[in-house]
Amino acid sequence: MDSTRVSHNLGDPKIRQVGFFVPESSTTDSHKILSPSHLPVPEMQNSVHGQVTSRSYDPSENRNLETGIEKREDEEIEVIKSRSKPLKEKTTKAERRALQEAQRAAKAASSNVEGSKAVAGTGRAALGKSTKQSSQKKAGPSSPVAADKKAGDRPLDKDRKKDAPHPRLQFDDESRMERARRRAVVNPTESRTRVELFQHLPQYEHGTKLSSLESKFFHLDLVHPSVFEVGLRYSAGEISGGNARCIAMLRALQDAIRDYCTDHEKALVRNLTAKINSYVSFFAECRPLSMSMGNAIRFVKSRIVNLSLNYSEFEAKTTLCSDIDRFINEKIILADKVIVRHAFTKIKDGDVLLTYGLSCVVEMILLYAHELGKKFRVVVVDSQPRLEGQALLRRLVAKGLSCTYTHINAVSYIMHEVTRVLLGASAVLSNGTVYSRVGTSCVAMVAHAFRVPVLICCEAYKFHERVLLDSICSNELGDPDAIARVPGRIDVNYLDNWASEDNLRLLNLMYDATPSDYVSVIVTDYGMLPPTSVPVIVREYREHLLM
Amino acid sequence: MENRKTSAYYENRAVQFGVVSTDWLAQAQSATVPRTPSSPPPSPPLPPSHTDADEPFSVIQEFDTWRKHPDLAEAVAAIRALAAVIRSSKATTMMQLEIQLKSASDSLKCWDTTSISLTAACDLFMRYVTRTSALEYEDFNSAKSRLLERADKFGEISFKAREIIAMLSQDFIFDGCTILVHGFSRVVLQILKLAAQNNKLFRVLCTEGRPDRTGLRFSNELAKLDVAVKLVIDSAVAYTMDEVDMVFVGADGVVESGGIINMMGTYQIAMVAKSMNKPVYVAAESYKFARFYPLDQKDLAPALRPVDFGVPVPSKVEVECSARDYTPPQYLTLLFTDLGVLTPSVVSDELIQLYL
Repeated sequence: MDSTRVSHNLGDPKIRQVGFFVPESSTTDSHKILSPSHLPVPEMQNSVHGQVTSRSYDPSENRNLETGIEKREDEEIEVIKSRSKPLKEKTTKAERRALQEAQRAAKAASSNVEGSKAVAGTGRAALGKSTKQSSQKKAGPSSPVAADKKAGDRPLDKDRKKDAPHPRLQFDDESRMERARRRAVVNPTESRTRVELFQHLPQYEHGTKLSSLESKFFHLDLVHPSVFEVGLRYSAGEISGGNARCIAMLRALQDAIRDYCTDHEKALVRNLTAKINSYVSFFAECRPLSMSMGNAIRFVKSRIVNLSLNYSEFEAKTTLCSDIDRFINEKIILADKVIVRHAFTKIKDGDVLLTYGLSCVVEMILLYAHELGKKFRVVVVDSQPRLEGQALLRRLVAKGLSCTYTHINAVSYIMHEVTRVLLGASAVLSNGTVYSRVGTSCVAMVAHAFRVPVLICCEAYKFHERVLLDSICSNELGDPDAIARVPGRIDVNYLDNWASEDNLRLLNLMYDATPSDYVSVIVTDYGMLPPTSVPVIVREYREHLLM
Repeated sequence: MENRKTSAYYENRAVQFGVVSTDWLAQAQSATVPRTPSSPPPSPPLPPSHTDADEPFSVIQEFDTWRKHPDLAEAVAAIRALAAVIRSSKATTMMQLEIQLKSASDSLKCWDTTSISLTAACDLFMRYVTRTSALEYEDFNSAKSRLLERADKFGEISFKAREIIAMLSQDFIFDGCTILVHGFSRVVLQILKLAAQNNKLFRVLCTEGRPDRTGLRFSNELAKLDVAVKLVIDSAVAYTMDEVDMVFVGADGVVESGGIINMMGTYQIAMVAKSMNKPVYVAAESYKFARFYPLDQKDLAPALRPVDFGVPVPSKVEVECSARDYTPPQYLTLLFTDLGVLTPSVVSDELIQLYL
């Protein structure tokens, strides 16, 4: 990265080239800098990184003094400056293109400087932003650098399309967002205050999504009522938990398939796939899809594609519905039962089991072991702001289990008396990384430090062939207001109007990634596996999953 | 000395390896003589209750005769005995045959519940022999002969496994190296034998292996091969680790995590070796791969054995009598198996392919 930095002159608009970012609009416009929505706060930046030098914000200064992270953030800020429009919804196609281009851009960063201005120019024109560019900025030497990435990559784009992985839509990617927004059904107000490093994730003003959805109820003839209902409940937060969300989605799709009629002069396979796609993007607008839901959708689509051509419309629909039923029964309900049996063998009398948050399969394990007369104690660790553990705690106590309830702050204290840690997961990725409710990673790390075995209980349909190294690339942002409040304390109101503070950002992450080092065993419906064997399951049973 | 229950696992080892106790010299003499039916002890560990009375053919008896074969591992003996079950079976349908096999393998497993390789070999055999779709479309007799064919083939493979492993491991033994060995493992012995035959120059450090003193017997075997061998007491492992180039151990069982279950002391040797960056190689036949996932040491059923301290221990003092420990995969470098040289994480992959 340093080598690319050196070639820039002073006053360059900097493009963030690390990771998942797509450099799209390459110029920094003076009026954009003044745009309030994404204005970075230099003072805050400085203070955050402990920089004493009070310098006017200029990323190309002091290059060699800065740390890597700082450079990254500087670049990011520049990107923010170059953007003024609010960002928009995701669609799957746009997602794929975005990440592909990002990867390509990073590779081609140092080649083909000339012949790109034209592309950059057209890009700007399309955005209708070219009027106010200051001449100095326009001539800035970096605009070609950024633009060349686009120009140089275009031809390659199509060739590589097939073998590249499917990327997700990056919400800081202006032009893709533009396109996505046009297609979007729901148009919630996007949050103006976003946290650095998480710009690529969707963040909306709380509540706006719901109202805009409700107002559109009678205009949305595209969306099936069941799908609409489930979507609403997603966005209201009524349905949460990986399995519950997945089952609700599949049931809604089942309803939609039952009521479906093939459009005139269209093939069922294509027409229905298009319908399902539109429903799925509607779900994604209501709340970002989880990876397990992605797997379930893949299953449904593959069943549609594999439908026999001889089937009548009715036969096709009933086959699909029974396939979905089978998926729910085998991959979720039955899988849970098998997991419970497996995990039960690891619970001994006198054990102290720790669990974090609310995982339905862990709850089933605890209740099953209690029913079979094992003598053990449960420590339920919980965290703000969701306090999901309380629901679990209530049900466990009702069944007569002896429990201890604590918050995650005390996990290092409580861990020394624990003999097993049981955790749920939202997804398990190819490199053994466990993607789960935020805080899981912390609990697993503390358990590892105390040499307590960590059991991850997860159905195999949640396994995903992607690889995740950190919690930044793929995550979900919750409502920042939720962490601004202290429950039960109205007098603690220091953060009441945090949104109006320019130098304050609140981050409410929903998930985090637990590295495989902290995981002793993954309990799945295929048995107990070390985290290194996840790719084997993904490889061997991908067809099985889609059958 | 204490009236503690001794596990069949230990009894079996005592018979197999001629465990060296205080009157070692007398026993060592008999150990060099190939074990013949004249030796009386093998019968006591057999619980007669497991032998089905109404069955004319007893799998346990068959197993026992195979087991007396001097260099036939327990698991291979079990495989041979199960093959004999198919041969002598009077079943007329596949289902009957499968049920008979199942009960035979269950009684074998009951014979010694603590032996991992015995359980694993029985399970693997059932898988290997019965899992074939072609069987369903044949008439019974040809299906049975096909099963027998597979059973014999599997027995052959398991029997030859040791030679394959010895061959594979030769690349890892270089001239002038010093090898630390723990426990009496026939596979490791085979490896060192082959290396000596190939005129490799190497030195072996043998741990004493208290309380069985398996190291004494192992060094005895090595001395016969004219290999430079040095005995070290178990507590001197860290002291001698400096001069060691690699650690060779066998395994009672290889578990799903890629770790191994082996004679007590393997875990600490592996830890010392890891901290000094010495490779730890495990030699184990693939029939020892077990679908079992211990999370910690206490997670395995302890195989108990008497520990002789030479002096009487007051009854108030507790004695740790477990005969084996679990070594987690992060302390192991490579596993030499008849499937090839594997990293610990591949074990689970192989198991998944075998069982699922």
